[in-house]
Amino acid sequence: MSLPDAIRSGGLLVYRRLEHIFDAPFGAALNPWRNLGALGFLFFWIVAVSGVYLFAVLDTSSSGAYRSIDWLTHEQWYLGGVLRSLHRYAADGFIVVTLLHVLREFLFGRYTGFRRFSWLTGVPLLWFAYVSGIGGFWLNWDRLGQFSAVATAEWLDSLSIFATPMTRNFLTNAAVSDRLFSLLVFIHIGVPLLLIFGLWFHIQRISRAAVFPPRPLALGAFATLLALALAAPVVSQAPADLASVPGPLPLDWFYLFLHPLMYATSPGSVWALLAAASVLLFLLPFLPQPRQLAAQPIAQVHPDNCNGCRRCFDDCPYAAIGMIPHPNGKPGMQLAQVIPDLCASCGICAGSCPSATPFRSAGELVTGIDMPQLPIGALRQALEDKLAALRGDSKIVVFGCDQGARSDALAGQEVASFSLICTGMLPPSFVEYALRGGADGVLVTGCRAAGCAFRLGNRWTEERLLGAREPHLRTSVDRQRICIAWADPGEEQELHAALANFRSRIAALGAPAASSPMPLPDSTRTPPKRIAAHGHVRL
Amino acid sequence: MAMFASKPLAWISQGLLYALFALGIATFSSWPKYQNLPPDQALIKLSFTHSGKRVADCTQRTPAELAKLPPNMRAPMQCPRERSPVSVEVDLDGAPIFRHVAEPSGLSRDGASTVYQRLQASAGEHRLAVRLKDNARSAGFDYSRSATLTLKPGQVLVIDFDAEKGEITFI
Repeated sequence: MSLPDAIRSGGLLVYRRLEHIFDAPFGAALNPWRNLGALGFLFFWIVAVSGVYLFAVLDTSSSGAYRSIDWLTHEQWYLGGVLRSLHRYAADGFIVVTLLHVLREFLFGRYTGFRRFSWLTGVPLLWFAYVSGIGGFWLNWDRLGQFSAVATAEWLDSLSIFATPMTRNFLTNAAVSDRLFSLLVFIHIGVPLLLIFGLWFHIQRISRAAVFPPRPLALGAFATLLALALAAPVVSQAPADLASVPGPLPLDWFYLFLHPLMYATSPGSVWALLAAASVLLFLLPFLPQPRQLAAQPIAQVHPDNCNGCRRCFDDCPYAAIGMIPHPNGKPGMQLAQVIPDLCASCGICAGSCPSATPFRSAGELVTGIDMPQLPIGALRQALEDKLAALRGDSKIVVFGCDQGARSDALAGQEVASFSLICTGMLPPSFVEYALRGGADGVLVTGCRAAGCAFRLGNRWTEERLLGAREPHLRTSVDRQRICIAWADPGEEQELHAALANFRSRIAALGAPAASSPMPLPDSTRTPPKRIAAHGHVRL
Repeated sequence: MAMFASKPLAWISQGLLYALFALGIATFSSWPKYQNLPPDQALIKLSFTHSGKRVADCTQRTPAELAKLPPNMRAPMQCPRERSPVSVEVDLDGAPIFRHVAEPSGLSRDGASTVYQRLQASAGEHRLAVRLKDNARSAGFDYSRSATLTLKPGQVLVIDFDAEKGEITFI
C-alpha cells in the first residue's frame, strides 16, 4: 500500500469512528456527518433567503452601507439583526460542512470512475464559495470589511492583471466610490448565482440528490443557528477609515484566514498554495488509483428478459439507466439501456428487476438486467448449494455486501453467507426463496443508514423488504424470520452479535410452519437434492 | 448499530452536540483577534500608476517615407510607442527603504507603470524623501519631495503621484 493510500485508509478509519460515535445519539440516518452535502444545501438556502432581506434594506452606497446595516442590527434586531446573524453563521456553517464533505468523499475514495464528474464539478464550487463569502464582509464597510477588501485587493494585484491596480480603489476614503460599491454588491449576488448553477451541475449525475437534509436534522441545524444568532448577534466593527489601519479585529477565520496567511508569507505563496490545492483536487481522479477503486464490469441488459417496467430506471442511484423503444417492436414497450460512463456497477438495478426472482422456472435464470461479475442466476445456484449444505437447528442465510461489514466470517455449519456487490442488489424474493428452501431465518446486512456506498442500496432494500417498494417481499413471508442489521466495515463484531441475537430469536420461534412449496424450476433442471432432503420443498 | 437506549438521553446528547457545533462556529467566526499592524507602527503606502515619458521624440516623416505607406496611414509624424520605465526611491530618516523601477505595461511597453508598496514605520516624527524619474532621456530624478512628518500609531500615509500637477503627493 502506498503512503497516500495508507493515509487515506487511516483517515477513513478515524472518520468512520467519528460517524459511529454520532450515530448513537442521532441515529445513522440523521447523523450530520453522513448528511454533509445536504446540510451544505440547507445552509446555502438559509444564506440565500436571509440575504434577500438584507439586500432589500441595504443602502448600496459607500457612505450608506454601514449605516443601513448598523440600523438593522440595533433598531431592528428582532428581524434584520437576527437575519444578519443567520446570514453570517449559516455562511460559516456552509463552508465547514462543504470542506468536510470534500474530505469525506476523498476518504471514501468517491472521486474517480463514475463519480469523476461530480468531483470535478465540485472543485470550482470551493472557489465560488470563498469569493461569495469574502465579498460579503466588504459590503458592511466596517473595519473588518476594510481590512478584507484591502487585503484582497493587494492579493489580486500581485498578479498584475488589472490595468489600474485594485488597491488604488482603497487608498483613501475619497477613493471608495458608490460605483465601486455597486460592483461589490453585484459580485456578492452574482457569484452565489454561479454557485447555484454549479451545484446544479454537481448533482446532475445522481438521481434523487439529497438537496435537503432529513427534516429532524434540518430543524436541529436551523434551530442551532437561530439560537446562536440570538445568543451572539453579529455586530459591525467601527466604520471603515482608510486613513488608518484597523486595530485588533475579530476575524472570521472560516473565510478570512487567507489574509493573515498572506501577510505572514506573501501573496505569491497564497496563490501558489491555492493553485496547487486546486490542481491536486482536479488531478486526483486521474492519478493511479488503489485496486479497490478500479472500475468494475457494468450492468448488462438482456432484451429477451426485459419488459421495460422502468424499476431499474427509477432505482438507479446514478441515473445510469435510460429507456429506449424495445427492439421487439411491440408498441409502447421499452427496454432499459445502461449508460456505461454513469454505471456504478452496484447491481441495485438487478435487485429491482422483476425478472430477478429465483422462483422463475427457467433452467438458466437470466434477468432483464444483471451484473456479469455476479449474475442473479449464479446467486440462485449458490444459494441452493449452500442451503443444501446447512446443518443444525437454526439455519441462517446472511445476505451482506462487499461495502459493509464483512459477512464472510459469519459462515459456518448453520450459516450460509453471501456477499453481494451492494445489498441493494438483493431481489427480495431471494429471502422467501431461502426460507422456503430450508433456512430458519434470513439476515440482511449492509452499510448503515445514510452510509450506503452506492447511496440508496440499503434504503431500497429496506423498503422492498417492508413491502413499501417494488419488487416487494410478499406479505405471506414470516417477518419474524427476517433480520436487518446494518453494519459498516469494521463492525464485524457487532454484526456477529446481531447474528447471535437473531439466532436466539429464531430458536425461540421453533421450526417454521410448513410453507408453500418451492416450485420445481423445470424438468430439465437437476433438482437441488439437499433442499429436497430438508423437507420444506416439495420436489 | 449502537443506539442510545433512552430517547431523552439521545436528545440531550444531540442538544449538546448541536451546542458544540454552535460554539465552534461562534468561536472561530470572531476569535482569535488578528492585528495586521503592531500597535506602535504606522503604514506608508506608496502607490501610483503613471505613464513615463516616451523613450524617443516624435519625428517628421519624409515625403519618401510617406509615399511608401498606404494612403490611409500617411501620418506626417512618427511617434514611438514605448515609454520610459518609472524609477522611484523612498528614504526614511535618510536611509533608503525602497528602490524600484516600474516597467511600462503592455506588449509594446506603452502603458502606465504601476507601483504599490506597503512600508511599515514606527510611529513618531520622520524625515521622508521621495524621488521619481519618468524620463529615460533625462539625467537624475524628475520629481522629488521631502517632508518631516509625524506618524500616529496605525496611521496610513499614502504617497501618490499627481500627473496633472506633476508632483508627488503625501495624503
